[in-house]
Amino acid sequence: MGYVVDRDGLDQLLAAIRRRGFRLIGPVVADGAICYGDIESSADLPAGWTDEQDGGTYRLRRREDDALFGFNVGPQSPKKYLFPAMATLWRENPAGDQQEQRPFAFIGVRACELRAIAIQDRVFLGGEHPDPHYARNRDKAFIVAVNCGQAASTCFCVSMSAGPKAEAGFDLALTELIDGSGHRFLVETGTGRGEEVIGEVPGARPARERDTQAAEDVVEGTVAQMGRVMPELDLRDLLYANMEHPRWDDVAARCLTCGNCTMVCPTCFCFSVEDVTGLTGEQAERHRSWDSCFTLDHSYIHGGPVRTSSKSRYRQWMTHKLATWIDQFGTSGCVGCGRCITWCPVGIDITEEVATIAADR
Amino acid sequence: MPRTAEPHPLDRLLRDHQFFAGLDPDYLTLLAGCAKNVVVPQGVFLFREGEPADKFFLIRDGRAALEVAAPGRGAIVVQSFAAGDVLGFSWLTGRQHRWQFDGRVIERIHALEMDGACLRGKCDQDPKLGYELMRRFAALASDTLQATRLQLLDVYGHVG
Amino acid sequence: MWADTEPWRVAGSCQESDDTVTLTLEPYSSFAFQPGQFNMLYARGIGEVPISISGDPAERSRIQHTIRDVGAVTHALCGVEPGQAVGVRGPYGSCWPAGAAEEGDLVIVAGGIGLPPLRPAIYQALRNRDRYQRIVLLYGARTPADLLFPAELASWRSRSGLTVEVTVDSADAGWHGNVGVVPDLVAKASFDPARTTAFMVGPEIMMRFTVRALLETGVSPDRVYCSMERNMQCATALCGHCQFGPFFICRDGPVLSYGQLAPWINLREL
Repeated sequence: MGYVVDRDGLDQLLAAIRRRGFRLIGPVVADGAICYGDIESSADLPAGWTDEQDGGTYRLRRREDDALFGFNVGPQSPKKYLFPAMATLWRENPAGDQQEQRPFAFIGVRACELRAIAIQDRVFLGGEHPDPHYARNRDKAFIVAVNCGQAASTCFCVSMSAGPKAEAGFDLALTELIDGSGHRFLVETGTGRGEEVIGEVPGARPARERDTQAAEDVVEGTVAQMGRVMPELDLRDLLYANMEHPRWDDVAARCLTCGNCTMVCPTCFCFSVEDVTGLTGEQAERHRSWDSCFTLDHSYIHGGPVRTSSKSRYRQWMTHKLATWIDQFGTSGCVGCGRCITWCPVGIDITEEVATIAADR
Repeated sequence: MPRTAEPHPLDRLLRDHQFFAGLDPDYLTLLAGCAKNVVVPQGVFLFREGEPADKFFLIRDGRAALEVAAPGRGAIVVQSFAAGDVLGFSWLTGRQHRWQFDGRVIERIHALEMDGACLRGKCDQDPKLGYELMRRFAALASDTLQATRLQLLDVYGHVG
Repeated sequence: MWADTEPWRVAGSCQESDDTVTLTLEPYSSFAFQPGQFNMLYARGIGEVPISISGDPAERSRIQHTIRDVGAVTHALCGVEPGQAVGVRGPYGSCWPAGAAEEGDLVIVAGGIGLPPLRPAIYQALRNRDRYQRIVLLYGARTPADLLFPAELASWRSRSGLTVEVTVDSADAGWHGNVGVVPDLVAKASFDPARTTAFMVGPEIMMRFTVRALLETGVSPDRVYCSMERNMQCATALCGHCQFGPFFICRDGPVLSYGQLAPWINLREL
């Protein structure tokens, strides 16, 4: 049915995970935002913080309570660890054994992020050539999800069927409850491994009917608060039929092609490959780093880039995310997390762009 | 117009050339009156740049080319013609046109040399004939323009 | 998969034209590929590029790649000498559907550097000649000096059962062949549109014009296949660069049917 732990119990839970050799990664306040970083206990979590988000806007604000997860998503996502911004793909004459890295335990993963991980799993592991680097980071990863207690104005996971409740892909899922019965967490198990871990938490007690009901109310409250909506249409058909719609010129006049959206998007996966040698030319290596379809280089073939205009690059990003992704991988590439809206310097809103094109049908 | 008792031998050659496919046989007879069956050996110029352009050629066999010469570049071939092709279309405009290029035989040709002034006279008398010829030559000019544009794009010269 | 690159020994290097070289490479073990596929060739420390395999698919121990010198990596590859090594991983990509063309006419159209990726298909078709009705090769290049594989063209021309028509955009008067564009060769070629399959590689503009010429004769768009090109870095549908609409050119292509391409190929800057 479920369990309930208080804040001490949560620390026992985290300790139990750490004892198993995992490296705990969770939300932390850093550089004026809530990012992901190494944590040891609940003391490292952004207690009492929330975020205010809108197109091109992100601010941290103090809450009136001490909620540990009382915020939505920041500029980073588990992609930071599963598909890091820079990696070495290959070394000529690799020196010695590669150090075993501790598997990751992601604490506080939102439903939209779970969906994004599933989407990247499909990209990196589901094709003919699974990526060994992603596989190594993803393998054994422990996931403690959190059901959102509030929605930012830029959230639209409901209309993308990607939240706010975590449905699958986690070992444990928490719902934070702060009410007359105290500050506690409903814990749902998702795997046998999760069951084992909660079994090692002395402070865990079985959930009562009113705990479960309170958790459901929290989720319902979040659903009601959703800030935006992606139009409920066949986006693939809509965008395929409108590749030369005048709206693309309109958005191009605003888009700076800065690529922020691709950096913060939890599903964007483009990367570039660079071959280097050491200064003496003795050791050749191949490096991978995040790339963005907004760069001119991205579509470069001898003679020049194919996508020179910002219009063509914005169109590429949006139609890939919402339409061609479906043909390529069987699902949408968008999880409704709203990061692209928040972190766009000019506040371009992907839901608004779709709605405008759709209004013309 | 009087129908001849038996078809002029040139009628047959005109009819067999794909350019006049579908043309009324009576018109073919008319056209035959402006036609000359020629055999031109390799290397001979059919016309020179600057000469009055008052004829055209229906190539039946062999190869010809439109060429232009420039100092330091020698002679450059801009288009080649073979069996089934038509060489020359500015005669129909009636302006005092001159050839812009040299026409030269590359491999001995069998061709029908058509007298432009003669044909224009017949078209003036019978506008329907004029329309038939105009349609065909408009298509030819259009096709040639398209090909020329594609050559101008120098697609192989630019990588990609 | 990055570690799949093997150093293959350069057995031969042939200068085909001013800027084009064919490298013959020896794999460690028997290497099989389908006509239309490509390898990723690695110039140590400089980078990797996708290069179509241009030799006979029946030949498994000497694999040919024809490379045009257009950038840092291809420049390095064009400069390697016999005895040196080139890194190779592959083969990747979709292939020419030779089976689909059987029992009908096969029209092969090459423009410029497009002939090398088709050469394996030509070898394969000639080896199985009795499976096809007519086989026609139409080939265009900028000038006569840019025509690739002239000895082979002559040998193919002299065979019965294969029609070869070549044209150039311009030539000096020493050239007695066709001067004109490839689409005009289509109009003149002999093939039965209702039973024709076409394979085509060339600059995109040339392919669009030529496909139109083929469709105008009545060939079905689903039986016209084009080899497309985009920026390729991983060759495994992971890095995202080679996308063309919904297609990853490295995996869904490079060979795609015109039926698949039609909704996308006329969109500018796709």
